[in-house]
Amino acid sequence: MAFVAQIGESVTNGLAYLGSLATLGVRASYYTFIGPFRGKPLRMQRAISQAMDVGVRALPILSLITFFIGLILALQSAYELRKFGAVDLVATAVAISMTRELGPLITAIVVIGRSGSAFAAEIGTMKVTEEIDALETMAISPVHFLVTPKFLAMIIMLPCLTIWANTMGILGGSLFGVLQADFTIKRYVLASIDSLFLRDITTGLIKSVMFGITITAVGCFEGLSTGAGAEQVGRSTTRAVVVSIFLVVVVDLVFTALFFFISGG
Amino acid sequence: MSGDGENLTQSDVMLSLRDLHVSYGDREILHGINFDVMRGETLVILGGSGSGKSTLLRTLVGLEKPSSGQIWIKGQNIAAISPAEMDEIRKRIGMSFQGGALFGSMTVGENVALPLREHTKLEESTIEIMLRLKLEQVGLAGFEYYMPSQLSGGMKKRAAVARALAMDPEILFFDEPSAGLDPIIAAGIDQLILELKRAFRMTIIVVTHELASAFLIADRMVLIDKGKVVAIGTTEEMKKSTQPRVRQFLDRIAEPEVARELDYLQMLTEERRPSGRV
Repeated sequence: MAFVAQIGESVTNGLAYLGSLATLGVRASYYTFIGPFRGKPLRMQRAISQAMDVGVRALPILSLITFFIGLILALQSAYELRKFGAVDLVATAVAISMTRELGPLITAIVVIGRSGSAFAAEIGTMKVTEEIDALETMAISPVHFLVTPKFLAMIIMLPCLTIWANTMGILGGSLFGVLQADFTIKRYVLASIDSLFLRDITTGLIKSVMFGITITAVGCFEGLSTGAGAEQVGRSTTRAVVVSIFLVVVVDLVFTALFFFISGG
Repeated sequence: MSGDGENLTQSDVMLSLRDLHVSYGDREILHGINFDVMRGETLVILGGSGSGKSTLLRTLVGLEKPSSGQIWIKGQNIAAISPAEMDEIRKRIGMSFQGGALFGSMTVGENVALPLREHTKLEESTIEIMLRLKLEQVGLAGFEYYMPSQLSGGMKKRAAVARALAMDPEILFFDEPSAGLDPIIAAGIDQLILELKRAFRMTIIVVTHELASAFLIADRMVLIDKGKVVAIGTTEEMKKSTQPRVRQFLDRIAEPEVARELDYLQMLTEERRPSGRV
């Protein structure tokens, strides 16, 4: 019976956690979209510098990773396709996999590792040094001051990064195509583009925005609920990364299923 | 310059606590606190570790919510007002935290100017002048472009005071202003507080356990022990008090540390996560 009680407790804790995340997400959204019209202007300076950190500085590592992923996808697809003499379809396979799924997901994971952890660590350290308390006593909302710039930066940068990731993935696949499947780069890229429907790209981008919201909410929430002491900051950062990865996959599932059924599946 | 020669001609009550109870979860920390703070006086809240004095200070600035009781500041009970109204009150008070709590990603000048940039529509040039003025007042003239990490402990405290003074508060709160400072620097902070008293006749509330500082700066002192007010009075009255708890504190008489078994067991078996206050 104790086991059942444990499951029950885990479920209710989990739901409470999601509730807290949702609250934070709603408040951040308020300050992002509604606040500016109610006399609470956005801090564009801070949002832009966050966007630089989240987006521009992630490009090198993201490019490498997604290039290799594209190449791996091409290899794995070709492995099966050649049994049917259909290696020509490798461009299609890579393009669709990247834009619909792996582009958004891998981008999200890179961003979690770089920025999700950074958000938790930065805000967690501020919590431990009473800087969050200081903001509150100065009548400055920590959500408005700290979370909103990050939120704005993430929902703009994640789709941008995803587009870049998709491109690099297709290029990675093209390396295989050129070396092993008698493609030229031009023909490969054209084949990739031909095989894509607009909805392949847009569903991926919608998912990437949702991932961005999730990563920001988890990273900032973990930071804000850090306990006392440096060790707790480490815990918050670790939790932020692990929970973000998990929730991103859950969100991925939800939206993938949604898009499947919407398109008459 | 002792604190109790001031002739308090204004009898306005700035802050008033009525039967204040504060709990963390199930544990009640403050059991019915009652006292008033007069305009222009410096009140020192004394107490040992675990007495509840930090909780008291946090509750006074709205960082903790009381479980019952009232806190009247300028005619409003802050225990029962909306966040927007609380924000308005917060613009009239300033708090200097124990470690300074300066924002590490901004310069000292940006730290001090933050409340001004957030809450006023002053021109940048005016804000520049004001922040230099505040830094001057705390003896940090010329340090506006330094980062907090480049400051010593005493300088960080001064910068924190400058930030707390940015909006010309009516009540200034200090959390352990001398903590972690060597005696000479701590004396400098005491002098700063005395100077603020003299120049602005500000109402100042200080939480500390440093007796020497307390006697120097206080008009009145209140001793908190185990969540209750044990004694309250002017510095002279406290010095002459015959209450055993007061004498024990003031004369620095050691007491054996007894951890209650229940608390210790709770510590071992419970894993408490602090709530994510957002």
